[in-house]
Amino acid sequence: MNIVECTDIKKTYRQGKVEVKALNGVTLSVEKGAFVALAGPSGSGKTTMLNIIGGLDLADSGRVIMDGNVLGNMTQSELANLRLRDIGFVFQAYNLIPVLSALENVEFVMLLQGVPQAERRERAKAILDDVGLEGKYNRRPAELSGGQQQRVAVARAIVSAPSIVLADEPTANLDSSTGKGLLEMMKQMNEKKNATFIFSTHDKMVMDYARRLVLIRDGLVADDQVRKK
Amino acid sequence: MYFQLGWRNIWRNPRRTTVILLAIIIGVWSMIFLGALMRGMIEDMVENGISTMTGEIQVHHKGYRDDPVIENSMPDPKVVETTLNNILPTGSLWTARVRVNAIASNARHSMAVTLVGIDPVREAKVSFIGEAVNKGRFLKSDDKFGIIVGKALLEKFETKLGHKIILMSQDTNQEIASRSFRIIGVFRTEMESTEKQFAFVTIPAAQQMLKLKDAISEVSIILPEHKDVNKVTVSLREALPPAYEVQTWRELLPILNAYLEIFNGFSFLWYVVVFVAMGFGIVNTTLMAVFERIREFGLFKALGMKPWWIIKEVLTESFFLLVIGMAIGNILGFLSVFALSENGIDLSSLAAGAEFAGISRVIYPAILSRDVVLANLVVFVLGLLVSIYPAVKAAKFTPVEALAHT
Repeated sequence: MNIVECTDIKKTYRQGKVEVKALNGVTLSVEKGAFVALAGPSGSGKTTMLNIIGGLDLADSGRVIMDGNVLGNMTQSELANLRLRDIGFVFQAYNLIPVLSALENVEFVMLLQGVPQAERRERAKAILDDVGLEGKYNRRPAELSGGQQQRVAVARAIVSAPSIVLADEPTANLDSSTGKGLLEMMKQMNEKKNATFIFSTHDKMVMDYARRLVLIRDGLVADDQVRKK
Repeated sequence: MYFQLGWRNIWRNPRRTTVILLAIIIGVWSMIFLGALMRGMIEDMVENGISTMTGEIQVHHKGYRDDPVIENSMPDPKVVETTLNNILPTGSLWTARVRVNAIASNARHSMAVTLVGIDPVREAKVSFIGEAVNKGRFLKSDDKFGIIVGKALLEKFETKLGHKIILMSQDTNQEIASRSFRIIGVFRTEMESTEKQFAFVTIPAAQQMLKLKDAISEVSIILPEHKDVNKVTVSLREALPPAYEVQTWRELLPILNAYLEIFNGFSFLWYVVVFVAMGFGIVNTTLMAVFERIREFGLFKALGMKPWWIIKEVLTESFFLLVIGMAIGNILGFLSVFALSENGIDLSSLAAGAEFAGISRVIYPAILSRDVVLANLVVFVLGLLVSIYPAVKAAKFTPVEALAHT
């Protein structure tokens, strides 16, 4: 069953008088439980694709269906709800809230969802333990290494059991061993919880981990390989 | 969540937070302290005006105010007395007076004065004269020839306690009436003009001199807790015959009333000016804080936070700044007022100017709860209002643009 279906997606950005075609008619489907990497050089459109799948941006034309929802028909409020309940995001720059501790950062999404405090705390601690940050609950982001911050970001993304996790260059700011550790962890999450992961990356290590590699070039799908189970 | 985030966010940049807190503290402090000083000044003016013979309400014969001659006296004071006893609330004080323009003279000098015939027992509770005599003694009810004059008049006349002074005026027969009085007491007030203006004798002495029989010129009334002046005035007007007129102190002292109106307008203007200065600081600080956190707001939206929640979060930060600033500003305001409450501010160097405005030489700050509430309300409500712009700005960032922000 497909969790994401994109049909002929086009997106153009205007930078002053210059028009930049980020996506030029991308058609792509992702099945539930997939571990997919959208790869390509800088400016190929992979981050734009991820943003459109996640409802952070809207396509100029084409159709995106995310977990049964046609994104183009949804209001901003409905898209916000969708992101809150069904989508987890992992960003290149971690994007943790600096004034909250690791635990509070992970709890934040559940807080927005209205999960009771005791349950929030319990689930957040459990997920931080899963990502190898046991005992570091009360550390603020500034007190954590890059790898640890990214682990917190992953924990935040998956703690509410979203249908899909969208990770934009998650290893870009990490050294190779830390990046590898992170990928191992996300792979385990994918296998254990059947969470769908879609990465945008130009990191070969990430591409190697992906079970399916979609190559995007000049706003189009240039190649699409199922690598391994 | 909002309180936790808001509280922690305001301390992300302690220096900036301290600067804006100082602006709020100084703003609130100045509103309360200067407001209390101005209020004290105005209350002093009103108190001086009321206690210097005016009272809160006066009753006269119709036409007396336009032409305060002896012909416009109230011939039968019992009519007024009965009405007052029926209408005035419990605890009210009133006194009757005979009041005419006269000439005071001795061998050396003469000058125009206001001769006031008083009931010493009642008058002492109603006007300043009860506590103003600091040499000699106050009048007794049976004093036929005793007079109390002001220190400034005594000095001008180069005379002394125990010496005589002649008072001359026009009696009811249109003849010159004069009488010699012995100075039995000297009064002292904050205002030299008052000391020169009034000379006090007993009502019977004045009536006898002016051949008034039982007539009186005015009745002056003080109400308990200075409340319901207008209500009581309306009741008296309805109850008294048309030959009488009743006026409040605002009608009797139109200049003082005008000062009050100016004060209220000035107070409001002062609050607006202080707030505008402070408001720019609040908007500027909050905007800076918002623009520094564009990515964070983008993250909030990416995670599914609604725009209204983002607005609430930013307003919560302003809330904390305002509450802390207001609390400290209030404390400093009250402490400053308390520090001056005993000794006041001495305006002796401006004595002549202050006296012209009816202000005592020493002014004491006066805090009214409604002034404090108004100052705090202005700061709090307008502070939150001006914070709406940066809050809405924060909520409008699109996640894609905000997260791409460096």
